[in-house]
Amino acid sequence: MVKVADYAGGPTAWCPGCGNFGILIALKRALVELDIEPYRVLMVSGIGQAGKLPHYTKGNVLNVLHGRTLPAATAARIVNPELVVIAVGGDGDGYGEGGNHFLHALRRNHDITYLVHNNQVYGLTKGQASPTSDPGFVTKTTPQGASPPVYPLALAIAADGSFVARGFAGDTEHLAGLIKSGIQHKGFALIDILQPCVTFNHQNTYAWYRERVYKLDESTYDPTNKLAAFEKAQEWGAKIPIGVIYRKPRATFEEQFPALRKGPLVRQNLDPTEVARLLEDFI
Amino acid sequence: MELQATGSPQSDAKNYRKVKTLVNINLMIGGEAGQGVQSVGHVLAKTLARGGYHVFADQDYDSRVRGGHSFFRVRASDAEARAISEQVDILVALDKESIDLHQKELTKQGIIIFDGDKTKNTGENTSLFSVPLERLAQESAKNKLMTNTVALGAALGLASYDKRILSNVISEYFGAGDVGKANVAAATAGYEYARTNFKRDFRHNLTPIIGDGRRMLLSGNEAIALGALAAGCKFMAAYPMTPTTTIMEYLASKAKDFNIVVVQPEDEIAAVNMVIGASFAGVRSITATSGGGFCLMVEGLGLAGMTETPIVVVLGQRAGPAIGLPTRTEQGDLEFAIHAAHGEFPRAVLAPASVEDAFWLTIKAFNLAEKYQIPVILITDQYLASSYATVEKFDLSKVTIDRGLLLSKEELTKLGEYKRHQITESGISPRAIPLEGGTLVVTDSDEHNEEGHLIEDAETRTAMMRKRLRKMEGLRKEIAKPRVYGAAQAEITLLGWGSTYGAIREAVDLAMNDGLAINLVHLSEIWPFPVEATTRALQGAKKIIAVENNATAQLAHLLRAETGYQVTGKILKFDGRPLSPEHILKQLKQEVR
Repeated sequence: MVKVADYAGGPTAWCPGCGNFGILIALKRALVELDIEPYRVLMVSGIGQAGKLPHYTKGNVLNVLHGRTLPAATAARIVNPELVVIAVGGDGDGYGEGGNHFLHALRRNHDITYLVHNNQVYGLTKGQASPTSDPGFVTKTTPQGASPPVYPLALAIAADGSFVARGFAGDTEHLAGLIKSGIQHKGFALIDILQPCVTFNHQNTYAWYRERVYKLDESTYDPTNKLAAFEKAQEWGAKIPIGVIYRKPRATFEEQFPALRKGPLVRQNLDPTEVARLLEDFI
Repeated sequence: MELQATGSPQSDAKNYRKVKTLVNINLMIGGEAGQGVQSVGHVLAKTLARGGYHVFADQDYDSRVRGGHSFFRVRASDAEARAISEQVDILVALDKESIDLHQKELTKQGIIIFDGDKTKNTGENTSLFSVPLERLAQESAKNKLMTNTVALGAALGLASYDKRILSNVISEYFGAGDVGKANVAAATAGYEYARTNFKRDFRHNLTPIIGDGRRMLLSGNEAIALGALAAGCKFMAAYPMTPTTTIMEYLASKAKDFNIVVVQPEDEIAAVNMVIGASFAGVRSITATSGGGFCLMVEGLGLAGMTETPIVVVLGQRAGPAIGLPTRTEQGDLEFAIHAAHGEFPRAVLAPASVEDAFWLTIKAFNLAEKYQIPVILITDQYLASSYATVEKFDLSKVTIDRGLLLSKEELTKLGEYKRHQITESGISPRAIPLEGGTLVVTDSDEHNEEGHLIEDAETRTAMMRKRLRKMEGLRKEIAKPRVYGAAQAEITLLGWGSTYGAIREAVDLAMNDGLAINLVHLSEIWPFPVEATTRALQGAKKIIAVENNATAQLAHLLRAETGYQVTGKILKFDGRPLSPEHILKQLKQEVR
């Protein structure tokens, strides 16, 4: 059995009290509860404080460029479907720099889990507005106040994401459950995580979130109803829902490729002489 | 040059060569996009190749789906045909514009086949031979659209070619069904019309060279795609962009048979990062693009450099900057390819000299990428990408797959502790595949330590930079010497790189026939720059003239930087059209006047 200690990583460089700690705890817990050994996990992370997460636990790690987690992560999954692929990045990384990849990865439904540490601010560059900052959020680069935000969950539903969820870094138990469901989900699992930034975001604090977040109850809320989910995804203000907002089982990207039905690409023999039959086509 | 062919179906190839008669004929099919110029051009090239000729063909087209002007040139020779020729012996004009644009390229005895029923007012021109193309298409195939096939038949009738070979190739190309039969009928109608109605003396009697029709006819892009398959490539991600799209299309068409995944993602940024992800996960991976897409891939190139992930990037150049001339050729991205991305890291840049070279250098690209754990750029251009050439069937027993220090599970177990970026004397760290090796593989785009975890300290940074750059030492030894061709005691040395090899080499032949003592030094493996070998090749050179398909002589600049040699003259072409032997010779004569 896998233990939490198996996922112990190096010393962290996050601020004390950072919401990232809650996410790290929840991720380890989910992996342990699913009994997944670290060597089977590939974490692909972007740039920002969130991108450092894989170094603070154990697993295979491919830390890439700002915004480019999804292309690298999805391709690794295509090559070896036995890898548990988890992409990790922040709101600037995923919804700003990597926005295009985000839409298309959802649309194609690659079988990976994507954790977005959404703190509504840029931490690594010290406090500028992010694509999810609340409207009017004043920073050094946006003295006029931030423009209206993107609603990542609404975007994801519009792109027909097959698993669209929101968690809260301040509720690790609930978040661990979501991450587990995301990993078990066959297809692209987006988990947008409300993550307080204790240094640069004095507006969306732990206290602010705690007052507002509420858990969706699946006995009364139907996450397969797309229109209802679309509305729920835009609920932001006095009440903020967490849980699975939308779920739609559908074929994954990998299922379309006949080559992948013959086992992982990574295990196939390479034989140049097989090309002989093609050479005849050119004569 | 006297153009004459003898040889008969009875003579075998060996005897034929003893006769040493020179056949060198150039045919051009011109018309609008949508008139089937490329399809009959390809059939023509294949028909001639099947008859034992060496063939070189290129295509020129506007960036549009219908209309405009496009042409397909086919050169057939009984000696190796390495380049296009600007002279045309038979011009098949499917529209009037083709006559207006190309009659100046016609040789003295050249003939223009056109449809006199459709194209009037062509003026007095003894080279014109009117064939009722549309009428014959209608009569023979009940389909006016087969005008192009009638014209093809007429051209080969004019040259007295073996019509059975033509029919066979058409049947293979269009299938044995009604479409194929109609096309054979159309071609036959054109062929017979020309045999019966052409009363003048046409010098080219293209008798097939029996026994020699077993060469492959393929394009630069097809050679790259085959090279990738032979090298064991399992993953491609690319965004369609002229002139490399057909690489992706070919591999996608073989995906099922060869267990390869081809993905068309949202953009070139995704493409290169997918290739990095796939390679990190353990398979040989490739992407292909042109200059504009390569611009978007540049940050990914640096990521491959930093994380030491092997990738192969095909950069098919076209005329830039920006959108430039999207369907036309240029060698404008050499220095860009060598220097692309911020920071300093090792890479290799290979520039195939020919269609055949494209196959072998693609395989070499994969081997170098894995052996040195670096990005390798295979730099071609629109000319090479879409030119067809006959080559001897690739000897697949000569293909080697060298995955370098890629460790198996057993080797990793023996090793014990694993560090992805272990500092070694060669700079190459043992590589493991996530999951497959049972060990953890960690890498980072930030500077990192041997374990792959990010660091900030000066000592580790310096050690890691040195480690990565040390790989250049081994890599340098892998780079082939420049090709040297021509006079032993040359007064003039032409310097070239990449796809222009054939044209410059033939220019050397032409110049030597004219009495010039001239040679060629040509590079197809350019980075790391083969400093010693190039210096040796240029030793004693009296006059070095750079011949490049660009405006600023980028190889000459590189040569100066790497060896100190300065060229004394430049023959540059940057109008989006390829260099021809004749053009080079003409410019050369001005240079040495």
